[in-house]
Amino acid sequence: MLRYLLRRTGLSLLLLFVVATILFFSIHLLPGDPVLLILGGDAAQPTPEQIATVRAKLGLDKPLWLQYVTWLERVIRGDLGRSLVDDRPVARDLANRLPRTLQLVVPATLIATALGVPLGMFAARRRGRLADPLASSTALLGFSMPVFVVGMLLVALFSITLGWLPPTGYVPFGEDPLGFLRHLILPAVALAAAPMAITMRMTRSSFLEQSSLDYVRTARAKGLPEPAVAWRHVLKNALLPVVTVVGLQIGGMFAGAVLVEYIFSWPGLNTLLLNSISTRDYPIIQGVVLLAAVLFVFVNLITDLCYAFVNPRIRYE
Amino acid sequence: MSEAAGRPARPPLRHRLRRHAQILVALPLLAALVLVAAAAPILVAHEPNTLNPRAKVQPPGRVYVLGTDEFGRDLLSRLAYGARITLIVAFASVILAAVGGTALGTVAAYAGRVAEAAIMRTMDGMLCFPPILLGIFVVTFLGQSLANLILVIGVLYIPRFTRVVHSSTLAIRELEYVESARALGSSAVRIIARAILPNILAPILVQASLAAGHAILMESGLSFLGLGPPPPAPSWGRMVEQSGRYMQLSLLPIIWPSAAISVTVLAFNLLGDGLRDLLDPRLRK
Repeated sequence: MLRYLLRRTGLSLLLLFVVATILFFSIHLLPGDPVLLILGGDAAQPTPEQIATVRAKLGLDKPLWLQYVTWLERVIRGDLGRSLVDDRPVARDLANRLPRTLQLVVPATLIATALGVPLGMFAARRRGRLADPLASSTALLGFSMPVFVVGMLLVALFSITLGWLPPTGYVPFGEDPLGFLRHLILPAVALAAAPMAITMRMTRSSFLEQSSLDYVRTARAKGLPEPAVAWRHVLKNALLPVVTVVGLQIGGMFAGAVLVEYIFSWPGLNTLLLNSISTRDYPIIQGVVLLAAVLFVFVNLITDLCYAFVNPRIRYE
Repeated sequence: MSEAAGRPARPPLRHRLRRHAQILVALPLLAALVLVAAAAPILVAHEPNTLNPRAKVQPPGRVYVLGTDEFGRDLLSRLAYGARITLIVAFASVILAAVGGTALGTVAAYAGRVAEAAIMRTMDGMLCFPPILLGIFVVTFLGQSLANLILVIGVLYIPRFTRVVHSSTLAIRELEYVESARALGSSAVRIIARAILPNILAPILVQASLAAGHAILMESGLSFLGLGPPPPAPSWGRMVEQSGRYMQLSLLPIIWPSAAISVTVLAFNLLGDGLRDLLDPRLRK
């Protein structure tokens, strides 16, 4: 296990290096000039001296490889630069916002898994009857609907029409736990819809695959009641691939959170990102994108380790 | 399993019909959509961008079949013209991604270990970024336009195709008929074009159909955030966002484009699922 852990962690670090490199070079290969963005775009008609000053301040006058090494070194130290608008360190802004995005992503993951797995198992056990195609089609519709459509329809139904829940806003948990939960329900459900559908489909097909294996026949042949076969034998093995899917979903939810935070005015990472688009505050945009990729790699690493922990075959590969 | 007899037993008709049912639902939907998009000027009575201050947020009626938005623009017409944006972005970006991914994937499989590692690790790295975040990042730099949207989405989906093509090519490369082509002195380019590409077309097609669904989700998401083609272009994502602002007045202007996006993505997903079942014999049970 230790060897697997070390190898897998090393690979993740390598991947992070690739991720940072892609980000750095995508900034430098894109035609938009950050210096012009800072000085207010072409319309502001900055003088050549202004351009040269900003260029020197950002270190853009140095050779590309030197910029790359400097940038990488700073990123490793956690220095993501300063906001162009208010000159605050980007890393501090990210640290303030990240917990609020997690407050959205963690409950959404719990909802998606807590509903997706039982529904998938339910559909698999009723294969060939009406409930299965019904559940499967609902799942297909579930991940064909964009997250913002789900969010807007939830607002339309539960806030505008029924008036049960607030349409937008955020209340810190420490100030008003009940208010926090009331504001959390709709965005968390919107964010959970597609991952739930995907988890359900995965559970269903994995459960069906396991059901046709020999050990299940043995379990039935020795006279175990059907629920015991399903819960104790099949589910345990069927959940293995689901672990990976749930991990991938958590990574993907940071993307869905962009739109959900926008709809519900949830002051997380992505609202920070979207505010920075209009001001062209590119260090912040870059910081959020990098953080999302790092979280993605990290979540996948944890998922793989969990997977190896529950499935000994992986460890001795 | 009666496969010992030589040919696998045909599954019961009920199952075969159900397998094709997905494609049978998806194709007419997509055909109708293409038709609406192509014939939009003939089909609808109003211009998509004509304002009518005396008919703001109208309910469906005889003049405006689906009603109007907050500027008095005809919703049916905007939906029909919006289909053009959606389909152009979906097709063009998927073609870009498929061509790019196929080129990179075959090169990775054939060009030796260093190139292979460089290409495949870069793809792994790209897949770590949530696509929409990278999309936001790039569009902010490049500026909003239909072409930039296609470019961004197309490039973002290259890694998926590269992976599919790379693994399929590696598997096929070792087969005997490819080996015999090599023994006969065919060049690598000829082997790829004549022996490998025709055989990996099926997974590419499946991937293309699913990617088209993803591309539409992404295009409408970026449009929803105001990063799509600039107004007054009637993109569906922007229509959802704009009509969300006067939800209290009427819910219909938000429901039409929402349904349009969902049904289109659903159709591409159904097609992809159906094609996978149809083309991938390993999944047949």
